[in-house]
Amino acid sequence: MLYAFILLNLVAGAAIFALPADWKKAPRWVALAAATVSLVLSVIVFAIYDRDAGGYQLQESFAWLPPIGVSLHVGVDGISSPMVLLTGIVIFTGVLVSWRIDERPREYFALLMLLVAGTFGVFVVLDLFSLFFFYEVAVLPMFLLIGVWGSTRKAYSSMKLVMFLLAGSILIWVAMLVLYFNAGINSFDILELEQAGVDITVARVLFPIFYVGFGVLAGMWPFHTWSPDGHVAAPTAVSMLHAGVLMKLGAYGIIRVGIQLLPEGATYWLGVFLALAVVNVVYGAFSALAQRDLKFVIGYSSVSHMGYVLMGIGSMTVVGMNGAVLQMFSHGVMTALFFAMVGVIYERAHTREISAFSGMAKVMPRFSIIFIIAGLASLGLPGLSGFAAEFLVFAGTFQTAPWLAVLGIIGVAITATYILRLVAGMFFGPVTEKWQNLTDANLRETSVGVMLVAMLLLFGLYPQLMVGSIDVSVIPLLANVGG
Amino acid sequence: MNGSDFAFLLPEIVLVATAITVWAVDFFTPRDRKPDLAWPAAAGALVAMAFLAISWGEHREMFLGTLRLDNFSLFFRFLFLTVAFFVIVGSPGYVRRKLRNAGEFYGLILMSTVGAMGIVSSREFLTAYISLELVAFGFYVLVSHARHEARSNEAGAKYLILGAFSSGLLLFGISLIFGATGSTGYAAIAAALETTPDFGMVWTLGVALVLAGLGFKVAAFPFHSWAPDVYEGAPLPITAFLSVGSKAAGFAFLIRLFAEGLFPVLDDWRVAIGVVAVLTMTFGNLVAIQQANLKRLLAYSSIAQAGYILVGVATLNADTTSGMLLHIAGYTATNLGAFLVVIYFHNLTGKEGIDDLRGLYRRSFLLTLVLAVSLLSLAGMPLFAGFMTKFYLFTAAAASQLWWLIALAVANSILSVYYYLLVLRQAFITPESEEEEQRPAFRLPSHARATLSLLMVLVLWIGIYPSVFVDAAEAGSRALFGG
Repeated sequence: MLYAFILLNLVAGAAIFALPADWKKAPRWVALAAATVSLVLSVIVFAIYDRDAGGYQLQESFAWLPPIGVSLHVGVDGISSPMVLLTGIVIFTGVLVSWRIDERPREYFALLMLLVAGTFGVFVVLDLFSLFFFYEVAVLPMFLLIGVWGSTRKAYSSMKLVMFLLAGSILIWVAMLVLYFNAGINSFDILELEQAGVDITVARVLFPIFYVGFGVLAGMWPFHTWSPDGHVAAPTAVSMLHAGVLMKLGAYGIIRVGIQLLPEGATYWLGVFLALAVVNVVYGAFSALAQRDLKFVIGYSSVSHMGYVLMGIGSMTVVGMNGAVLQMFSHGVMTALFFAMVGVIYERAHTREISAFSGMAKVMPRFSIIFIIAGLASLGLPGLSGFAAEFLVFAGTFQTAPWLAVLGIIGVAITATYILRLVAGMFFGPVTEKWQNLTDANLRETSVGVMLVAMLLLFGLYPQLMVGSIDVSVIPLLANVGG
Repeated sequence: MNGSDFAFLLPEIVLVATAITVWAVDFFTPRDRKPDLAWPAAAGALVAMAFLAISWGEHREMFLGTLRLDNFSLFFRFLFLTVAFFVIVGSPGYVRRKLRNAGEFYGLILMSTVGAMGIVSSREFLTAYISLELVAFGFYVLVSHARHEARSNEAGAKYLILGAFSSGLLLFGISLIFGATGSTGYAAIAAALETTPDFGMVWTLGVALVLAGLGFKVAAFPFHSWAPDVYEGAPLPITAFLSVGSKAAGFAFLIRLFAEGLFPVLDDWRVAIGVVAVLTMTFGNLVAIQQANLKRLLAYSSIAQAGYILVGVATLNADTTSGMLLHIAGYTATNLGAFLVVIYFHNLTGKEGIDDLRGLYRRSFLLTLVLAVSLLSLAGMPLFAGFMTKFYLFTAAAASQLWWLIALAVANSILSVYYYLLVLRQAFITPESEEEEQRPAFRLPSHARATLSLLMVLVLWIGIYPSVFVDAAEAGSRALFGG
């Protein structure tokens, strides 16, 4: 069943490529069909994951490259199943917000499907080679998607993004080979490698390499600079996928490869990376404070929020790790919502200058309400999923490094400042005359917003729905870490 | 040696017969029909392939052990026939525009192919050398075949002088090795090395000269400087042949030589070959970045690719040999795809600059697609052959524990994506000026569509599920290493 996530989207991508160029509408329908099936499947996977049984479920394996021990081994646990759900939600809404793309729609949707195939691939596989394979599959379409359909310095940003991420890939690739060789079992299977283990020195050398390699994609400071540029340049749906899902690939890689395979290395290094994560939170928040372009604000706020994820991971506590995974989900939904709404206003006003807007709540009430909810989720309002996640992250960090937790909380305060300032400035006050005639979000856009808000509320009011399954996988994961 | 042995040389016999027939028919063919002699020539290659397929798995020594027809030689002979087939099928349009004496042109390609097929079967220096010269003599004529073009003449002269020089080095090296060991047969040399591990200066110099001579043939740093000029000046189909066929022949020579003859002393040479490998790929990639001419860019990129294959030579064992064979197969399909795109583009526009590609996506989707697939495969991106084969090769190389070599190879491979993406950006992203938008779409002949699609499918096949090719490569490797 998990193969379906990869195959379906690959086939959909190929099928869209094969459509005649002058069929302008067919690509989006094929993409929507594939995205709908993906969404339904991802909800099913999340729902049927049996948290009492725990472990890896829905496992299947297929010999891919037997001579070097590569198999397409798939399976989900409590950490990956929320990520699968996240990807399903974001791609479905992403296709919807792309509905009006009329420039080369065939290539656009085909590349989008390819991107999604890669993303799903990373989350469902349990094989190091396959993980790396799909990781790269997910990175590359970004170049073209941003390059053709993007805005604001797209040539520069798309190349910067690809080169940063691929530089991370060099580290991952080399570290993988060292790990493979030292484990000496002729297998890239993550579960087998976990069993085999490696020498403690090797683990200590490799962990930071993996961490930084994947960390680049997670927006880790100081390797985050590609990310705001990339977000800003990308077309709406790509920003959604990018900030919503792709950055999570990095954090997921740190957990799945770094911590799971190299627990001793993690124990040794996580203190350092915890401190860097706090820099992420605070630095990202300060940078967001200084931005004038709406997308840059969200871009830097993503850097800041990914800092919480890295903090949770760095805390090496079950609570903190639960928070980290929940934050991955919740930030994914929230930031997708943000970018979708920025897309709504940009399509109408063709500007993203914050200062250009005032009193939008009167002109576009539906849009404003959804945007404000996203803002509140971002600053961690209780009742929305961001609060639960951040609370867990801080609770975890307090156990290991109270002072860093205190510093991290400064980030929350700054986040509140820039979000509230932005909301007050854009949505309240006198209506800007220029925008008086803007139409409110239409049914399609509103339903995207409502769907994502519903997710924030669902897991905000009842976080246990997700934390319950995360927990069963995090406990065994951390059994070997720390001490 | 008996009559039935000749049955195993039927592929070569068919090729020679075809070449002679093509030359003979050429006399009676009116000038404007001569380019169509490509079809009988290509058919000859296909027939030879059919004969070859029959003898898969049969191992046979002939002519007093100077030739050995085994799966290794079968693998490469099949590869060369494939190259010859695609180059010839891709030629007629170009030949019609640019060249006279079409019959000679096709016939010489077939004769050079026979030479290459001889190299891979030779287990003895002189036989290998003579076969190598058969390849080179064909190329001396072919490179300068565009007689009215100054740069083709220049390329021919350069190739002739440097080719003769490198042959001189090779011969001198062979004579020194013969002086030390008393034999030119690989098996006898290996046996001599077992009894006398050290032959002193004469031996070392002999091996170094042989390596230098072969270094010229595969265009390894610092013996590469002929390659870009020759590649740029030669008629396009010949550049394609040089960059895959003649390079593969050089590597086959090296691999068999080291596996069967010099294996006992390989350890002395690993680091030196590794350094050459790193310099070759780094140099190729760095210079490729600055190119504005597509042909020249592909020339430097093929120098870099030789560097990756040399990683396999430096770490030679049964696994890296299958890795190299696999990589050479993938590289062949990929580079042929890239060159066919350049050939067809040149036929339609008379241009070959990277800037000239602008708007290609609008004018021919197929050309853009095949170009993208080929370039990304050369860059080692997943879904395409380059990723799979390089990963396989580097994984096998990890057993040598030459980590500096592997890390630099991985870094080179990934960072090279930069200049391939620059080309792709021109073809796929950069918008055309209004004037350029008036240019009509391309109309490709149907055989062009077929060959391009076929190569693209091959690249994707190797890139996604290469097990058939892996099996063949392993069989080829087992022929040398047993087991």
